[in-house]
This record gives sequence, C-alpha cells and structure tokens, in this order.
Amino acid sequence: MNSQLIYAVMMLIAVAANCQAGDWRQFRGNAANSVAIDEKPPTELSGGSTAWQVALPGRGVSSPIAVGQSIILTASSGYGQDRLHILSFDSETGETQWERQFQATGRTACHVKMSVATPTPASDGERIFAFYSSNDLICTDLAGNLQWYRGLGEEFPNASNSLGMSSSPIVIGSTVIAQVESDAEAFAIGVDAESGETKWKIDRPRKANWTSPTILPATGSSPALALLQSSAGLAAVDPETGTVVWNFADGASTTPSSSVVGGNIFIPSHGITTLKPAADGRSFEQLWNSSTLSPATSSAVVMDGMTFSVNSAGAMSAGDIETGERLWQLRLKGPFSGTPVAANGHLFYFNEKGLAFVVKPTREKGEIVSELDLAETILSSPAVADNALYIRSDGHLWKFANQF
Amino acid sequence: MKTSPFLLTVILLANVAHADDIATIKAVGPGAAGAAEARVASEALTKGGAKNLLPILKSFKGSSALASNWLRSTFEAIADAETKTGAAIPKDDLLTFVKTTSESPEARRLAYEWLLKRSPQLADQLIPNMLLDPGPDFRRDAVERLLKEAGDAKNDAATAVYRKALQGAVHEDHVKKIAKALRDAGDEVNIQQHFGFLSSWKIVGPFDNKDKKGFPIAYPPEESLDLQAEYDGQLGKVKWEPIATEDDYGMVDIARQIENYKGSLMYATTTYTSSKDQQVELRLGTPNAWKLWVNGELVFEREEYHRSTKMDQYKIPVSLEAGDNVVTLKICQNEQEDSWAQSYQFQIRVCDSTGSAIPSSNKTARRETAQGASK
Repeated sequence: MNSQLIYAVMMLIAVAANCQAGDWRQFRGNAANSVAIDEKPPTELSGGSTAWQVALPGRGVSSPIAVGQSIILTASSGYGQDRLHILSFDSETGETQWERQFQATGRTACHVKMSVATPTPASDGERIFAFYSSNDLICTDLAGNLQWYRGLGEEFPNASNSLGMSSSPIVIGSTVIAQVESDAEAFAIGVDAESGETKWKIDRPRKANWTSPTILPATGSSPALALLQSSAGLAAVDPETGTVVWNFADGASTTPSSSVVGGNIFIPSHGITTLKPAADGRSFEQLWNSSTLSPATSSAVVMDGMTFSVNSAGAMSAGDIETGERLWQLRLKGPFSGTPVAANGHLFYFNEKGLAFVVKPTREKGEIVSELDLAETILSSPAVADNALYIRSDGHLWKFANQF
Repeated sequence: MKTSPFLLTVILLANVAHADDIATIKAVGPGAAGAAEARVASEALTKGGAKNLLPILKSFKGSSALASNWLRSTFEAIADAETKTGAAIPKDDLLTFVKTTSESPEARRLAYEWLLKRSPQLADQLIPNMLLDPGPDFRRDAVERLLKEAGDAKNDAATAVYRKALQGAVHEDHVKKIAKALRDAGDEVNIQQHFGFLSSWKIVGPFDNKDKKGFPIAYPPEESLDLQAEYDGQLGKVKWEPIATEDDYGMVDIARQIENYKGSLMYATTTYTSSKDQQVELRLGTPNAWKLWVNGELVFEREEYHRSTKMDQYKIPVSLEAGDNVVTLKICQNEQEDSWAQSYQFQIRVCDSTGSAIPSSNKTARRETAQGASK
C-alpha cells in the first residue's frame, strides 16, 4: 500500500469515525453539495410539520448545522453588528443548550441585506468552527467552551469587503479551510482544528469573492481535496499543505459555489461546466458546458441524474447531468439567495420573502407539491438532519419534521 | 473574629491562582498563540465559579481584543453554569462594577447584560444616568429611552428632550432622527460639529490612475507636503486649492465639487489641532481606494473600489501630538462605467472609541466648521 493510499484510507476512517448519522456538519451539508439523499424530511411543510420555532437574538444569513443532538447557529447583533453569537439548541425541543457571545475583532461593515453572521459554521464532530464576515474564526467545543480564537481581521486587516464576506469554512480531516478573498487582499488558509494554528496560507486572486469551498472526496489512492472557487476558476488544493494540485482556469462565478456529486464537479462557470477528476486526483477532464443552466445567487444542486439551477428571475431549470441538456423549466417566485437542499426525492427552496417551495422533480417536469409562507426575510440555505428540515430567518429558527 | 493562618493562606493561594490564570489568558496573541494555555486557564477559572466573575471583569481593562473575548467567554461559562444551577452571583459587586465608569465599557456591559437576565428592572434604574457613559451601548440605550420620551411629549417639552438626547447620541441613525425633529421645530443643529467631521481641506490633482496603476505610485505630494508647490498632473499643471464641505456628514464630493476624473487620483490635506497628546480614532467613509497619513506616517491604505460606503466605514486608531497634526488623504478613482461606480468622495472625522467627537482646538477651524454648517 503506497503512502497516498494509506493517507486516503486514514482520512476516510477519520471522517467515518467522527461522522454521526444524521449530522449536517457544514454549509450545504457534510459533502458541501446540498444533497441529503438518505434523509426523509417532510415534503408537506404546511399544517403540523413545524416541530418547533425559536426566536433568535440577532440577525444572520448563516445556516444551521447539526451535530449529534445539537443544532448550532450563528448570529450577529448590536448597532454595528459587532456582537457575534454562537447558539446551540436541543434538536428535539428547540431549547437553548448554551450561547456564547464575542466582540468582533475585524471590520463589520456590510451591505444592509447581508449580515456579519453570513458564513455558516462548521464542525468536525468534536468542535464548532464559527466564522463571520469580520473574519473572526472561533473554535469552541460542543459545550461552548472556547478552544481557540483567530482574529483574521486583525491579522490581515485589508482582507475584507465593504459589502460583506460570506464564504463558509469547511473541514477536511484535521484542517479547517477558509477562503478570505477581497479586492484588497485575498488568501485561503488551512487552520489546525485542534490548535488553531496556521497549517498553510496561500495567496488567492485579489477580487471580491462570496463563494464557499467544497470537497472533492477521497477515492482510491487519491486523498480528499479542497476545491476553491474564484473569478479565475477552480483550484484543487491539498487540505494538509495548501499545495495546488490542479487548476481549472476558465473563470467561474463569485457568488454561487461548486458542487461534487457522483465524482463529477459542477462549476458555475459560463453557465455550468462539469469536470471529471482523473483517478489519481492529479488532473481533470472537462465534460460539458451549458449556458442555459446558469445559476444566479443560489448554487446548483444535483439529484437523480439532474442538475437544478434558479436564475435571477426565479425560473428553475433542470438539466441532464450526462449532457448538460436542459430538460424543463419551472417558474418559482424569486428572488432566491439561499441554496435549496435535495432530500427525500424533493428540492426544498426558500425565497428571500420567506416563501418555501417543495418541488418534486422528474425527467419530464417539476411540480410544486407544497408551499409555506414564513413571512420573514430568508437569505439562508436550509439544513437537513435526522429526517428534519431546518431554516433560519433574521428573527427565527424553524424545525420541520414528520409527525409520529 | 480571627481568621486562621491556614485559611488566609488558602485564600491567598486561591487569589494567586486566579491571577495567574487571568494573566495566562491575557497573554494570548495572533495566530492562536497561547490558546492551549488559555484553554487550561479558562477551565480552571470556570471551575472556580462565581468568585472569579469580578476578577475576570476587572481584567478586561488593558486587554487585547482577543484576550477580551477569552475573558468574556470564561465569564459566560461561569455565569451560565451558575444560572443553570440557580446559584447566587455576586450581584452587588457586579452592580458596583457596572457603575464604575473607569472600568472597561465592554466588561461593564457584559456584567449589565447578565444582571439584566435576573433583574430586568435594573434597566430603569441604571440607563437614564448613562447618557454620557463611556460605553456606546449604554449611551445608545439612554438615547433610545429619551427618543421614546420625546415622542410622547409635545412642542417645547419634546424639543428639550431631543436636545438632551443629542448630547449623548453617537450613532448616525439617532442623530439623524434627533436632528430632523429639532430642525422641524425650528432649532439649529450642527451635525458636522456633533460628529467632528473635518470639513475644510486643501486638495490637489488629478494625477494619473489609469488602469488603477496610480495607487502604488508615490506622486510628489507623498514625498513632501508643500502647499505652495505646483505639480505635473494628469491633465497639466496642478496646485493645491481649498475645498470645503457644507454637507451634514462632512462629505467632500470630488465628482460634484470638482469633476469625476475617471482613472485619476487626488491628494487632500488638512490640519487638526489637538489639545494634548492623545489616542483618537480617524473614521473614514469612501467608496474609493485610499491611503491615509498622519504627520507624514502612513496609517492605513486600502485598494478597494466601489464596494459600498457608509459613515465610519473604517476606524483607524492614531496617536496625535499636542498642537497641529497634518492629515493627508490619497483618494483614487477607477474607470468603471457602472452607474453605481461614479462616486468620488470621502468623509473623515476625529472621535474617541465611543464615536464622540473630539473637536479641533484650533478656533479658526472650529469657526469655519460652524459657519459652513450653518449656511
């Protein structure tokens, strides 16, 4: 067994050991692709599917994550949005398990539509990694005890965006990976999950970037890679060293993020461009490109052999993942900021006005099977864990679950 | 009553222990330096329980922002545990601490918010006396109460309350609301002076910034500041000219007051007279790229164009000397054609960390500001 294979196997074991069934550990889920294919959240959201609803102490665009019996969420409050909150709720009851507040150490200026609590936190199953537009990266244990604190806004004061930063960190193995990219300064950083110390830091294209990293899972002898998107394209990076393994340099969006499903990479580049990584993970082959499947703000989601995007007019497009051919369109009521989640054979969308749409897609058409008006501004993406669906607004966090 | 030597020793050792733990936490630095040690110290303090709350609060003063967050987190861990078990917290000590304005505003606010969870009536008792508090959150609460009171009052009574509220208001939304009410009532309000905006400048330019290449170039005004000099500019000879703003919020609008030279940059300078050696904040708002010098020292630079702007967008701590201090700004415009990318402007004010204006002690400058705002 060569060293790369041993490393890949170790990573898989580490992930499996820490990954409890039903967890949703980071932005767009454990695989950072918005797919929870084995989960069975309710597809009828109205009526009695609201398990609980709790009021929040601050604003936020971040999504909840689920770790064991806890739902973790961030928020920001205060006149300058400089009070940072980490909240832990009991997933069964919605009761607050603990809350910690911190004072932002970096700039908190952001567009009125955004919030300092826009990036979604991440977890390795033992710790919480909360990240904010102010570039405060805070690690607590699952009981809320502070483990380490990185004031990346103080360490790198020019790496900020006056419109706000939104990129959510991911965890691969023992590394927390964050993209901190703006016009004035841009870098990606790999931080040791236990100590908080920097493992690596690499320069990135100096341009405002709101996308989040995603994961190219380990396969065979190829270890997992972090995929970092920017206006320049998509870089595959070794999570242990920050070494760029390969680079797709044909440009990409700075708002919706890439996804990996079934081993292929779906990039919001010139519409959608798909890549197939080589078996050894050291290179890639470009498959198809489709300009008709271009996503606006929400990232595209892949399920059941189809890719789904929503444009700025609120029109949902389904495409064939083998060819990129558009199969059908469905008019939803936009605009959408959050990315839908795919679960239980359905897609769960929440628009900016708080309208929820549950869409049942087939190869022939998409059908809205359920709608619900939460009547609050929702810019976040839903999370799915333990057969329940979670969504937050500026004011509330909801859990939707099947009645027993 | 006599205290036994053994008990005194135990108390002394306990105090030394928590002092050591606090010192360990205060030693944290960038890059997660000292985090492992701080984790152990925080755990020890947390196990020590409520008796450590006050020492933790007192240690905020002089702590770095990072250390303050460690202290805050430790305080919350203790207070949270004590609350869940229903144990008593040293309420009187915490209340005294909240009232001690020489202590850290952040720590005082932390103590206040935890006290409020158990005694919501404390807000009525404390906040009305906090209009001029060093803590901006306390001030904000005090102003909020006065705004409500003014809203419930009429005519002269309302005006009097708005006047009082203005004394403590440090946030833009409050000042806007108060100024509108007072002006509607026929009162004069000098918002520029209230916030401490620098309104009278000398400006020179344009210099070349095509393709955004001018940002790193040190044009002559960066080399030496000579207000009598004439330079080779982007479009010919240029020299320093006066420019003043009458805008309530101190906005110097180059695009409107001079011209929106695309792909250009300008230098603006003014003199601020400080009554003493002191730490202040220069607060800047601009959608353009910029560099800022105080007494010839570059204090910050930022190459970002048209990603939004707001008052107090940048807060730059600087040291001022007693007497005249020269503030110089390099401001850069790019060549974007988008309608939302045509602003060429800046606003700068001098204030303390709460946002309260620190006026220039130069009487001429003050008079010019007042006259400008009253026109």
